[in-house]
Amino acid sequence: MARGIDAVTRTAGAGAIALALVLLLTLGTLAAVAVRAESAGGFGVADWAALRFTLIQATLSAALSVVLAVPIGRAFARRRFPGRSLLVMLLGAPFILPVIVAVFGLISVFGRSGIVSQALLALGFEPISIYGFHGVVLAHVFFNLPLATRLVLQGWLAIPAERFRLAASLGMTSRDISRHLERPMLREVVPGAFLVIFLLCLTSFAVALALGGGPRATTIELAIYQAFRLDFDLGKAALLALVQFVLGAAVALIALKVALPSGFGSGLDRAVMRWDANSPVLRALDAALIALATLFLVLPMAMIAVDGIPALTSLPPSVFAATLRSLGVAMASVVLSISLALPIAAWAVKSRSRLVEAIGTLTIAASPLVIGTGLFILIFPVADPFAFALPVTALVNAVMSLPFALRALVPALGQIEADFGRLADGLGMSGWARFRLVWLPRLRRPLGFSAGLAAALSMGDLGVIALFASPDTPTLPLQLYRLLSAYRMDDAAGAALVLLAASLAVFWVFDRGGRVNADA
Amino acid sequence: MLTLENMHVDLGGFTLDASLSVEPGRKVAILGPSGAGKSTLLAALGGYQPASGRVLWSGTDLSGKSPAQRPITTIFQDNNLFPHLTAAQNVGLGVRPDLRLSKGDVARVDEALNRVGLAGLGPRKPAALSGGQIARVALARALLRDKPIMLLDEPFGALGPALRDEMLGFIAALADETGATLLMVSHEPGDARRIADDVILVADGVAHAPVPTAEIFAHPPEALRDYLGH
Repeated sequence: MARGIDAVTRTAGAGAIALALVLLLTLGTLAAVAVRAESAGGFGVADWAALRFTLIQATLSAALSVVLAVPIGRAFARRRFPGRSLLVMLLGAPFILPVIVAVFGLISVFGRSGIVSQALLALGFEPISIYGFHGVVLAHVFFNLPLATRLVLQGWLAIPAERFRLAASLGMTSRDISRHLERPMLREVVPGAFLVIFLLCLTSFAVALALGGGPRATTIELAIYQAFRLDFDLGKAALLALVQFVLGAAVALIALKVALPSGFGSGLDRAVMRWDANSPVLRALDAALIALATLFLVLPMAMIAVDGIPALTSLPPSVFAATLRSLGVAMASVVLSISLALPIAAWAVKSRSRLVEAIGTLTIAASPLVIGTGLFILIFPVADPFAFALPVTALVNAVMSLPFALRALVPALGQIEADFGRLADGLGMSGWARFRLVWLPRLRRPLGFSAGLAAALSMGDLGVIALFASPDTPTLPLQLYRLLSAYRMDDAAGAALVLLAASLAVFWVFDRGGRVNADA
Repeated sequence: MLTLENMHVDLGGFTLDASLSVEPGRKVAILGPSGAGKSTLLAALGGYQPASGRVLWSGTDLSGKSPAQRPITTIFQDNNLFPHLTAAQNVGLGVRPDLRLSKGDVARVDEALNRVGLAGLGPRKPAALSGGQIARVALARALLRDKPIMLLDEPFGALGPALRDEMLGFIAALADETGATLLMVSHEPGDARRIADDVILVADGVAHAPVPTAEIFAHPPEALRDYLGH
């Protein structure tokens, strides 16, 4: 009622178009896949093994991450020390870390010639194996333990400080507090955190590509890739893609019942005052936990720098060309992601519909490889799909970063409308004027953050590009993967460092751009 | 004449009814216990809150019109200014909501800022202004919008007593000068005594017809007595 009808329909129209595009990319490509899958032979032994492996590694990775995150999160929640906020910030870093870079770092630490294996050898033990099942789970825990820790920490800090004060005044011990305050909180936080990580491990492709493989460590996504690239069996790839989608959709349906937490909460840099946890044993325990977690997180990243810096001077030119290509893809992805996210967010806020946002978030369960397979099947009859490698990579990555952009934009826009909607209505600011004068300037922070995330995610992506890329136009992550596969470790070290720096830099530039001169 | 015919707001469990008229140019205070529906009444008048029944101004039906289409300017409790725009830009929105101002428009904005005693403060953003100055910027914009009805929803709640008194006097003077009809929500009976010709009492889900201020305070109805506490 409040606004001109035309402005409302315009918002809904733009939102509907953006949402239709997202649905077309997720469900439309799936239809193409389904049609194609009919021509496939049955689901073979190897395919069952892939399904089993996918589920087992995702379950174990998510369980390990969450179980370890609880004591680490508690340690962060109840201790104050110099550098704490830096460490908490660092917990967010793996999210924008290119998977293939992290894999390189993990190999440097845990690989056959890595420092951990060397130490084990020196002590007379067998070195651990970074490839296969262990490696995949290790890498997934590396990526998701920090995320789980942030989620758990958020839960802890969401307990009002007054409760802890009350508990202290009643003389509660750590055990009482755990029973009355902490376990009820964990019962709410842990299932959501587990599901998010399970979902991420379900659709994580690059880890399996780099560390998995073979009959005992192939995920469905990897099997799609192999059917595609090695056997060029489109029917089989399509069938596997269908299975992957059903898996993702099933988990997404369960996730709808459980409140999914968002990992980007701010305000994690405060610690809760605790009176029950001052015993030397507990302090030593927390200190050890924080130190180990930090080491686990920082060591691989440090190794990238240590190995990479000497290699920088002798980088092959192909790395520079690939870097430029990746930057181009990242920028295109940012533009696409924001152009999709803004209309959807506007529609979600205006219509007050959770459904709009939910559909926009659908892609969190979608697999880039499934979308890629579908796009390939669609493009193949009319054009050379490999010629579209870069645009498709930009587009698919834009869609994959959409859930995160919506998570940031929808609440922010909702707040803007709650605070200033009436004022803008009263002044007759609608359509373009409202967008330009109210939304854009007030959305700068979440927009900068979303753009930075989209840029970093697509900069480091090694998913759909692996399906599509022709030999002569690799992006930087693909080039790095090729160097790794060819055991050109020095060049790989240099490329890994360049990719790491580029990913962090693009995130920083956008995120920073949203912060400077932003009025409160 | 501003007329409310069988106006009815239903907020699911809470309802507000009003059938009353306000003479043009009157300054009316809306009083009543908190939660009685004072702000809801204002929101329905301003077009921010859907309501059944009719709202008429000089015989024209306002129902179904958007807030900006109504002959009304509302000054809210807070968030009257956009924090990312300068004072001058915030005032300029009253001339053109897309801020594409001509030279003449800019001159009018400056004049309005002068009029409320903020000469030279146009380039400042709200964060660099005091509470009283922020209220004046909102008033400057209301002046430029030049609508015959002005709604005020406890606009000076955050100001200290002296400043509040000053702003009330200022508003009353502006209303006298422009002939605007003023409706002001307040929880302060003193505000009503200070500037209002009439009082609309809102209690028990009903907005009552306006009664001259002196009269209502001399013979307060029961609901007002309960609210005033004597």
